Amino acid sequence: MSTDMQAKQPIMTARNVDVFYGKKQAIDNVSLDIPENQITALIGPSGCGKSTFLRCFNRMNDTIQICRVKGDIQFAGQDIYDPKVDVVALRSRIGMVFQKANPFPKSIFDNVAYGPRIHSLSESKDHLEDIVITSLKRAGLYDEVSDRLDEPGTSLSGGQQQRLCIARAIAVDPQIILMDEPCSALDPIATAIIEELMDSMKEKYTIVIVTHSMQQAARVSQQTAFFHLGELVESGDTEAIFTNPEQERTQNYISGRIG
Amino acid sequence: MPDYLLTTSPQMAKRHARHTRFQWYGRIAIGISISFMLLMFTAIFFRGIGAFQKTMVAVDVQFTESQIDPSGARDATSLKQANYKPILLQGLQQVIPGATERRDRNNLYKILSNGAAFDLGERVANNPDLIGTSERVWVAASSEVDLYVKGKIDPEEIPEELRRLKDQDIAWVEILRASGQIKKKFNTAFFTSGDSRNPEMAGILSAALGSFFSLLICFLIAFPLGILTAVYLEEYAKKSRLTDIIEVNINNLAAVPSIVFGLLGLAIFLNFFNLPRSTPLVGGMVLALMTLPTIIIASRSILRSVPQATRDAALGLGASKTQTTFHHVVPLAMPGMLTGTILGMARALGETAPLLMIGMVAFIVDVPKGVTDVATALPVQIFLWADSPEKGFVELTSAAIMVLLTFLILMNIFAVYLRKKLERRW
Repeated sequence: MSTDMQAKQPIMTARNVDVFYGKKQAIDNVSLDIPENQITALIGPSGCGKSTFLRCFNRMNDTIQICRVKGDIQFAGQDIYDPKVDVVALRSRIGMVFQKANPFPKSIFDNVAYGPRIHSLSESKDHLEDIVITSLKRAGLYDEVSDRLDEPGTSLSGGQQQRLCIARAIAVDPQIILMDEPCSALDPIATAIIEELMDSMKEKYTIVIVTHSMQQAARVSQQTAFFHLGELVESGDTEAIFTNPEQERTQNYISGRIG
Repeated sequence: MPDYLLTTSPQMAKRHARHTRFQWYGRIAIGISISFMLLMFTAIFFRGIGAFQKTMVAVDVQFTESQIDPSGARDATSLKQANYKPILLQGLQQVIPGATERRDRNNLYKILSNGAAFDLGERVANNPDLIGTSERVWVAASSEVDLYVKGKIDPEEIPEELRRLKDQDIAWVEILRASGQIKKKFNTAFFTSGDSRNPEMAGILSAALGSFFSLLICFLIAFPLGILTAVYLEEYAKKSRLTDIIEVNINNLAAVPSIVFGLLGLAIFLNFFNLPRSTPLVGGMVLALMTLPTIIIASRSILRSVPQATRDAALGLGASKTQTTFHHVVPLAMPGMLTGTILGMARALGETAPLLMIGMVAFIVDVPKGVTDVATALPVQIFLWADSPEKGFVELTSAAIMVLLTFLILMNIFAVYLRKKLERRW
């Protein structure tokens, strides 16, 4: 399995990335490859910079005025921090699901249709409907909401809202989906559903997930990167990291001695 | 088992006492403020309620052609301007004999409003066929008679020499009353005419329309400017020394006394740009200057309360900054921004000082038809009437205050309604 993985060209590469909030350095010289059609988990204790690092991939850190990113991050061979890069286009290729489900205060249909609408992805009303239904199906939500697409997205349960957000991200047809602790506010059943969903999604998408749950990382990911205090301590096959970590800090974290 | 839940320690009792005491402080404070408010409202109500009624006198008028239209031309203008005083007087003399002396005749005529003759003129001009007939006509009584009929002048209490309405006038009024020629009716003139020197003819329409036009201009200027400023400062501008300075100055502007804005309007709009004086156009512009900081501050705090998650969601989907702002943030903030605007405008509606500076304090009889017609505003009208010496203006002042307060309350209710109607949970 591991030889098969190494053979694939990484879809995203980060080299020597530093991130600063004002004068404070949040990420220190991190290099990481994201292999295509796999799930990469970023784990580490709170405040270790894993979310900050994730937000570099679709330049969400741009919205924070004091945040500066240094280093080289390439998506499909293109430097995403190149001044010529259109952030809007980048984010339509790299979708994001946030920690707290954040559906728009609009109908379920409009939530999913918003992305295709602003990117003019649909040729007709029927086509748009098609995109919405396909996306909801891929997010495993369609059967639950098919008869109430015009009800507000905020009326759904927490787990359903998070799947609605995944459907919304899928609707734009991205290549990569970034997930920032998508299950941290969900109960175990809703979490299990989303984990199952992620597993089926990796056929079509590359997923990078930030999680503070080591069990979740072990369950869903093929690659794991362990962050500590803004540094990338260790990365590699999930199985190897959890069974035979090279670094002592990783060992300590997964055995629960730091965190 | 010991009853832990039932035993109280001295500390517990003290805590409960403090709790109860504090509740009572609050209740007393609310009680005091409500009673002051009620006192104010009842005082205004009982003073002003009389103004909504008006005393009318019935006069049997003979529209003799030789008096009204000796030429027989039936020309509307000359019919209007004909001298109706003699025929009104003749009508009164039929009921009140003995007033034949010149002085008595003048006093008798003073029972009627100055407007009575105009009223007859209108009537005849509209219907020239009246000439040659006789008819019982109800015309407005003078303000003094009006006050006496409403019981606001007590002849027992005020000695004759201090009254405008002498004992003889009162006797005449009583004769008229006895013959059923005096009645009170709803004072439509108060809502349909402009200001007048005669309290019984003065109305609020001119001032109300002046206020309406001013607020319209104020809204058209302050709302878009305020919203756009707030959106730019909150969503687009990078925090820097410049935005800090702008922020501090907007907060300072909100605290500037309104008369200063009036002076600014006088210096810039009137003297520099030569815009027409005393008009709702300039009044509205001055009020807009005054309302802008309020709208900006309210809108910014509403924009700030829109959750970052909503912006992240849109940005994460690849929406541009402008799409995020106008598809998601502004619609969410709009009810709050509208509420802030309406409350700011409600304040502007009650503002007098800046309007005084730009000349909206003039005595305006005509009802304004547009924003460039000279006009006055409701609070200024109240100020003008409160300043008038005639006793009849006292109740008019209170009535005008009631109208103004009604408008303010309606605007506030509208603001609450908008908020409830448009608000969506995030």
